[in-house]
Order: sequence, then structure tokens, then C-alpha cells
Amino acid sequence: MSGDLVALRDGIRSGSRSALSAVNGYLTAIDASNPSLNAFHEVFADAAREAASQVDGARKSGRLLGRLAGVPIAVKDNIATRLGHTTCSSRILENYRSPFDATAIERLAAEGAIIIGKTNLDEFAMGSSCERCAWGAVRNPWDPTRVPGGSSGGSAAAVGASLCSAALGSDTGGSIRQPASLCGIVGFKPTYGRISRYGLVAFGSSLDQIGPLTRSVRDAALLYEVMAGDDANDSTCASREVEAISDTIDHAPRAPRVGLPRQYRTGNSAAVDAALERAVDLLKGMGAKIVDIDLPMTDVGISTYYVIAPAEASSNLARFDGIRYGHRAMGGDLFELYARSRAEGFGAEVQRRIMLGTYVLSAGYYDAYYRRALQVRRVIKQEFDLAFAACDVILGPTSPTAAFPIGGVTDPLAMYMCDVYTVNTNIAGICGISLPAGLDYSSGSPLPVGVQLQAQAFAEPTLLRIAYALERELGPLGAAPPTLTTAA
Amino acid sequence: MSETRPPLSLDEVRHVAKLSRLALPEARMASMRDELAAILGHIALLQNVPVEGLEPMARPLAMSNRLREDSESPPLSRELALLNAPAREGEFIAVPKVLGGESS
Repeated sequence: MSGDLVALRDGIRSGSRSALSAVNGYLTAIDASNPSLNAFHEVFADAAREAASQVDGARKSGRLLGRLAGVPIAVKDNIATRLGHTTCSSRILENYRSPFDATAIERLAAEGAIIIGKTNLDEFAMGSSCERCAWGAVRNPWDPTRVPGGSSGGSAAAVGASLCSAALGSDTGGSIRQPASLCGIVGFKPTYGRISRYGLVAFGSSLDQIGPLTRSVRDAALLYEVMAGDDANDSTCASREVEAISDTIDHAPRAPRVGLPRQYRTGNSAAVDAALERAVDLLKGMGAKIVDIDLPMTDVGISTYYVIAPAEASSNLARFDGIRYGHRAMGGDLFELYARSRAEGFGAEVQRRIMLGTYVLSAGYYDAYYRRALQVRRVIKQEFDLAFAACDVILGPTSPTAAFPIGGVTDPLAMYMCDVYTVNTNIAGICGISLPAGLDYSSGSPLPVGVQLQAQAFAEPTLLRIAYALERELGPLGAAPPTLTTAA
Repeated sequence: MSETRPPLSLDEVRHVAKLSRLALPEARMASMRDELAAILGHIALLQNVPVEGLEPMARPLAMSNRLREDSESPPLSRELALLNAPAREGEFIAVPKVLGGESS
């Protein structure tokens, strides 16, 4: 059950495995684990079985199968699907049904992937713990008293607990990579504009990117390859051709230059530092050249992000006004309808960010906050450009710590700090991937920690090939989530 | 970090709530002010970064307007467009009276 996506796909193709039995296996695992993990908000059992039977039938009659035929994939609930609801884990969209599929969903479906359900997130993807989900907190499969990370925490928990072959998430400041790190899986954020945002409910439009959460780098590469590429429905989508990578992922670059920023080595837990050191040693052993680099803007990233992202969010979330869709508060005049619908429908963190974004965009503060943040954004981008002149990829931690206890971080600012190593990837629009790299035993039971590789915009082939080679050297984590061992 | 907090009055918080179209209860204003002030205090770090002469960067990658043929494509059907309307009258979305309605 814990096998990777490519293995299942090949098995279905060759007839050694049936898509229906794979779907049924995952549905049984979901029934057993989801009541405690709360990874899924909705499960499409009947539709998934039906789609799987069609794949099995198509194979038996000798029809050509898509590149993802029969593979069950979970989808973060801020990505539009005609099947079921698209709630963003928010009361304001509790009953919302999308009249269309996101482009990423259409492309997966065109290759035969099966959407098995929708996963929980921090409301509107704003959070790093999945505690701010209107449908209850999501729990970490390695320790259900701890958070799975966020905001794609439901997708990360589902993949970590082997409740699906892979999942989609969205990453605005680390929301794919940080939960992947906390749940012991691979999380990949492609370059800005590489995968269409059409059908991804907008949070920070200059930062948002869809990406895969998987149990292997090869799986992530395959899903990326299927979803990436220009889309007439998203004018910010990159028109540049997508280089096929999944079949040549084992072509590791010889002697890659790996940048190690001095700013990434302070304030981490001992286990995170140990995982990073081990990754450095393994990369050296593979012939990589380790280059000391400087990213002095690392600390300023959170400040920059918490101007730009809320500013864009305050504008994007203006559409939720109780008129055309979503929760509507009845009674009163039009202003009251807007203001009460939004106050009743949005949770506390979403309201805080709308307020913050509105404030930094308001007359008298625009220059001091928003304009200045956009200038600092350029400094951050220039800093990465300079760094990538000296290296092919940048290595660092994904998150400063392993998963923290549910309820353990209550201060909003402290929560924002979880993303100190991930926000600048989005601010600069480059790509990044988190790999499971070690275990933290300091709390008694094992908790996974990840390392992150970042690469220049559109350098996905280099990033994924080095990640694949490092993944092989790192090997399996050496423990499995207890929820998985008891279910098996 | 309290010494770097910018002043933020309750009246400003009320004003921002109104701009945000959020009917915050009066009892929420003080805690919202304190939360925003703490975050703005941290954001003040931006003032330490030299940015003289730098163009603001709204998007991470260079982009230009993308035009397409002005051609017809099948629209969303009326029924699908109305699928999520919280209140409807026939083919229309029902809303409160607009003229003289908005009190801001």
C-alpha cells in the first residue's frame, strides 16, 4: 500500500495490479485512519471505484492508457473540482460547488488519474499547522497529538499515512514544502507560472503555485510534467516549453554546485541541523561541490511576505461578498450584507490577514509598507540571482523544527516564523522541493524532518535530478508513521 | 518589540474593518489592534533594508500583456452560473435594494 505512484501505474499497465483493488485498498485505509487524522473533508468512493473499473476495463480491451491511469490522487480543497465541494476549509464556502475543474485537475484526469477526495487545509491556505481548518484540525500521521504542518496539511497527512498515491497542494509561502517536511514526504513547489492557477482559489496571486506531494521525487516529477505548461485560462502562466524530466530523472548532473547559505544554519533544532549536515556529507560523497553562499535577506523574508501576501489576499478575498456564491447573512442593507456575511463566514486568521492587507494598501500607508515590500522583493530576487551565479541549487532546512504539538503555537507571529526558509522561494518566484531527510527523536517517538533544495526559475530539471540523486543517498527514513503500522 | 510598534488607534482599526467589509464586534477591536500592531512591529524590519532607486517588483517574473483573438467561446450555462447563488428569483440572483442601501 505504501508503494510509490510510478510503481502502481506500471503495475496497472502491465496487468499485475488492478486499479480497482488499489482504489479499494486506499478507501479501506481512509475509513480506518481518517476519523483520527481528519486529512480528508470529502471522499469520492463511488466515483473513484467507477473510474478505476473503467481503467481496468480499458486495459483488458487493449486500449492505450494515460500516463497516470488508475492512480488515486487527493486534492487540496482550494483547487476547484466539479466533483463534490470546493470549500477552502472555510464556512463561507461550506456549500460551494465548482461549475468547472481546475486546469491542473483536467490535465491529471486526461492522463487517467482518479480523484479520490478533497483534503483539509488552513482556511484559504493561510496557516502553517492545519489547526485553522473550519472542519477541525488535521493530525500528523507520525503523532496524532501533533500538527501536520500547513497549509496543505490534509494532503501531506494523506500521503504520509498512505491514504492515496499522491496529492495536490498549493504553495504561497511554503504550504507544500513545510507540511511535506513535517509528514516525512516529498513536497515540490515549481517555478511561479509553471502550472496554471486556473481553478486554484486565489490567495496571493503573485506567489501562489500548485504542486505535488508524493512519496518519491520521481512521482513528483511525473505529476509536475503532466500538469505544467501554458494555459489560455491563466495569463500569468509561463509560455515556455516544459522539458520532459520523469524518464531522465536519473541523469544526475556531474559535480553539481550546491550552495549552503550561512543564514540557514542558525535557530534550527538539533535534528534539523543533523539532517542538513548528513545531506551535505552525502552530496559531497556524490561529487558535489559545496559552495558557501550568503543570503542576508533570509530574515527579512517574513516581513516582506506579510505585506505582499495579505495585500493580495485582501484584494482577492473581496469577491466573497455573499452575493453570487458563498455564505450570505440575511437582513439589513447591502453594506450589512457584505460585512456580516464576511464576518460570519471567515475565520479569525483570514479576518486578521484581510485587515492587515487592507491597512498596508490604505491611503497614507501604501508607500511605507506595500511599495517598500515590493522594493525589498527585488533585493531578495537579486540576492538569489547572485547566489545562483555561484551554484546550481541551494540546500537548507525546510522548516526549523519537526512537527509541534496541536495548540503549541498560539502567537500569530510565531506561527509565521515556521516559514522562514520557504517564503523567499515564492517571493522570488523560483522553485523548491522538500525531501524527507531524518528523524527527530527528542520527544521520544520519531518525527520526520526535511531538507529543501531550491533552484533558479525554470531550473526544474536540474532541481529534480539533484533531488532524485540525493533522495537515493538519503535512503528511507528508517521508521514509519505508527498510524500506518497499526492499520497494516 | 513593543518599542517599534507603530501607533494604531481603535478608530483606525474600525476604519480598516469598514474598508475590509468586516462587521467586527466592538469587543474584538482592541485585540485586533494589538495583533495587527505586533505584526506591523515585525514588518518594520523592512525599513532597515536599503532600497534607494529600486523599482518595486509586483511579480516575480517579467511579464507582458497577453492578447488573444476576440472570438466566441462557449460560456458557462445560466444554470451553472446560478448554481451557488444564495438567493435567486427566476433567472436572477436576488439582492437587497442597492440604491440608498449602502450606508458607507
